[in-house]
Amino acid sequence: MNVKVLFFAGLREALGTGSESLVLPAGVATVGALRDHLVSRGEQWAALANMKNLRVAVNQQMVGLDAPLMAGDEVAFFPPVTGG
Amino acid sequence: MSVSVQEADFDAGAEIAALSDGRDDVGAVASFVGLVRADKQAEKVMPPAQPGAVSPADGAGGAPAVQAMTLEHYPGMTEKALQAIVAEAQGRWDIFGVRVIHRVGRLVPGDRIVFVAVASAHRGEAFAACEFIMDYLKTRAPFWKKEETAAGGRWVDARESDGHAAGRWEAPKNNG
Repeated sequence: MNVKVLFFAGLREALGTGSESLVLPAGVATVGALRDHLVSRGEQWAALANMKNLRVAVNQQMVGLDAPLMAGDEVAFFPPVTGG
Repeated sequence: MSVSVQEADFDAGAEIAALSDGRDDVGAVASFVGLVRADKQAEKVMPPAQPGAVSPADGAGGAPAVQAMTLEHYPGMTEKALQAIVAEAQGRWDIFGVRVIHRVGRLVPGDRIVFVAVASAHRGEAFAACEFIMDYLKTRAPFWKKEETAAGGRWVDARESDGHAAGRWEAPKNNG
């Protein structure tokens, strides 16, 4: 299953990347599992594990970490928003 | 009803005028303009200044003055989130027109950053919907501010008070 992952703002800077496409291993079926999978790839992903109040959107809708993933989804991780 | 996310500045007067252009049922237009401020400390609750102390606004002792800020957003989701907020306002109040403009890119103190205007028959709906849209924009629209100061760049932290401001609208409408 392929998904596109996006990172924004301070998280993007901490990870050194704004986006990637990846094939999910079997068993990675939720946003939370995707985060765990990304973090498990190495120390440079620690910011994703450590960010307080991490926000997630799937296909541009805010969701919780228990949200399910489908092939082709666009998953975005970002800090709490600060516009206005 | 329209929302725009743009680098360009906007003309608040022209936007307000457009909301009642060609119609005779608009009795009120409430609007809000947000500006980039140099001094982040002024917004926080500070202890009373000691006699002779240098104000944090002067850049000594507190956060250094903001020289510029860069607004990042999530293209696509930003517009959808703003439209969803406007739609929710339309569901709550009898409003005729809404205009939301949010700037992105690099801005300096004094620059306009956000505009919200609501047209209605009476001021009550217009004021309430305008404030609601701003409160929800602050907590739900994917924008992020990075400040530039003499000490370097830093991402602005979300403020707890913004969460409280948005939370006020979650109680049933007629529940005080």
